[in-house]
Amino acid sequence: MAKAASSTALSWRDVTPAPIVLLSGPEEYFAQRARDLLRKQLRAAHPDLEVTSFDAGEYAPGSLALASSPSLFGEYKLLEVSRLEAMNDAFLTDALALAGSGAEDTVILLRHAGGTRGKKLLDTVKAAWPVVDCQPLKKDTDKNAFVSAEFRAGGRRIEGPAVLALVQAVGSQTAELAAACQQLMEDTSGAVTAETVEQYYGGRVEASAFKVADKALDGDAAGALATLRHALATGADPVPLVAALAAKLRTLARVAGSRGSAAQLARDLGMQPWLVEQAQRDIRRWTPERLRICIRAVAEADAQVKGLSRDPVYAVERIVHLVATSVSAR
Amino acid sequence: MSVFDELRGQDAVAAQLRRAAAGEGMTHAWLFTGPPGSGRSNAAKAFAAALNCEQPDPALRGCGECHACRTIVGETHPDVQHVRTDKVTIAIDEARELVATAGNHPSSGRWRIIIVEDADRMAERTTNVLLKAIEEPTARTVWMLCAPSPADVLVTIRSRCRSVALRLPSAEDVAELLVRRDGVEPALAASAARLAQSHVGIARRLARDAGARERRLETVRFPLGLKGITSAVLMAERLMSIAGDEADSSNTERDAAERQALLSSLGLEDGAPIPPALRGQLKRLEEDQKRRAKRSITDSLDRTLTDLISFYRDVLLLQVGTGESLVNEELRSELEGFAAAGTPETTLARIDAINLTRRRLVTSNVAPLLALEGMAAGLV
Repeated sequence: MAKAASSTALSWRDVTPAPIVLLSGPEEYFAQRARDLLRKQLRAAHPDLEVTSFDAGEYAPGSLALASSPSLFGEYKLLEVSRLEAMNDAFLTDALALAGSGAEDTVILLRHAGGTRGKKLLDTVKAAWPVVDCQPLKKDTDKNAFVSAEFRAGGRRIEGPAVLALVQAVGSQTAELAAACQQLMEDTSGAVTAETVEQYYGGRVEASAFKVADKALDGDAAGALATLRHALATGADPVPLVAALAAKLRTLARVAGSRGSAAQLARDLGMQPWLVEQAQRDIRRWTPERLRICIRAVAEADAQVKGLSRDPVYAVERIVHLVATSVSAR
Repeated sequence: MSVFDELRGQDAVAAQLRRAAAGEGMTHAWLFTGPPGSGRSNAAKAFAAALNCEQPDPALRGCGECHACRTIVGETHPDVQHVRTDKVTIAIDEARELVATAGNHPSSGRWRIIIVEDADRMAERTTNVLLKAIEEPTARTVWMLCAPSPADVLVTIRSRCRSVALRLPSAEDVAELLVRRDGVEPALAASAARLAQSHVGIARRLARDAGARERRLETVRFPLGLKGITSAVLMAERLMSIAGDEADSSNTERDAAERQALLSSLGLEDGAPIPPALRGQLKRLEEDQKRRAKRSITDSLDRTLTDLISFYRDVLLLQVGTGESLVNEELRSELEGFAAAGTPETTLARIDAINLTRRRLVTSNVAPLLALEGMAAGLV
């Protein structure tokens, strides 16, 4: 929903009360943080705050007006509406009526996880009220920045290498990464160093399928098997592992029999030049016969992880070992 | 003119079905088996026409001229239901509907007939739904199941059906049919029938479509250029794109037409926004089309690999010197050179490798390109 993030889009750290606040984007963790922050600010300002929650998918007509109308004792009100991505028509009608002006003494917090449902409402809200952009962290640099910001917000210092180590160990899920930051801040004192991270999260590595394939094609059998175990333990599936190996071997085979410069080959084969260069470096450590055997075995392993074998993990282990031992020493 | 005329080279079967239509040896469930292209569904259709034919004399039933015969052959008769799928399997809900239909009395003909053309494309669970209905149908209902071989149908179904085994027609019979029915030139018909290895549908496509002939020739020539692992990987890629082209050429137009038909039946103008309440229907259509596309790629890969096997079959025949006629007669000199360079054992192993890949592509969800690469690596 990058397109939907208008110029008024805020980071969840900067959220402040407004008659209507929209939390838009797929990352639930950031939405939760923004919600907590908003509640804290409102509770501090209005100790008698009344919080009401709705599910926009099971909304009954009129509830919004009922909950936002001024009460006898004049409490300040926070209406939290979740699942706007599944909103029903009754909600759309009621919310559109409120979207222009908001309600007196009320903050309406809308949570939309993505998609185009209720576009008209979203556009109206976005034009008039603050929008908090809840995008997931994709790149490692984003994750590093997030860790640094967490520590800054907690008034603590973390060293550069420690940030990298932390992201590598627990970086795949934002909530987990944030919890790890929290734990480090609460359990330690002084600046957090790489040693501290190693002490808490050492031995845990989140490996992707391609990391395993890279190790295997590097001829590092022990390293590849260890990485494979890390990958499996942190949630990788055998099927993409085999697919990653197959993709690497395919590139090698396509480059193997061709002569010419990397740029020329890249054009002929429709591949990225740096990929071709890497393959040309790697191919010197292969014989055609070994490559042939490995490609047959990978095809066999693909069938095995898809139901031919009773133990898919063993099938992957075997093929990773076979590929790693087929590479000649440098 | 009789509906049984279409069954070339299946005299025994035609005689059996004629007798049954005349009332001798009739039963409520039939299983038509035979290799692809032998005309299983046509045999079932002809039999259905003969059963509901309006001729008063039982010996003349299946005239091919009365209203019932013509509507049954044209698949528009109200009492004859054709069940086929262009997806990977027949869904269990479709089977449940069939059971309900099977309970109805025929509306105009003598028999209510249900022809299941892809009886092999049913999960075991789905077949079990039909079990009771096939075992004890109402008095006026006949089931006709078609499958490549009796082993493709659950044993409990098989035991409830009378078997009709069709044999593969000879290439001459197929060529004659092409000349007579489709007006193909005799020489072209003969070569198409030989190249299609007597598969009627494929022979017709080869005879009519020069592009299909070219693609086939490219496929069977692959082993000649197979030298080293690079050519094997490139061959796999090319085979994949040939199969994709073939599937696309038949699907793209049909998909667009179906979408158009759905939109107009929903009362929407071209390019008009689709109201949210109707999006579900469109989505269902798209999902169906996606499933069909997957099936048609698998099908055309299967055909491509069959063509590839014909190359090695010819090589094997030359190596063991049986004197049988070659499928790829045009490539005789290349085939002889290839045969002299190898042994029958390696040729057999290669045929096995192709067959293994074919089976995996159809029965499991292996990555097609990778499976082809593994196969090609085995052919080097």
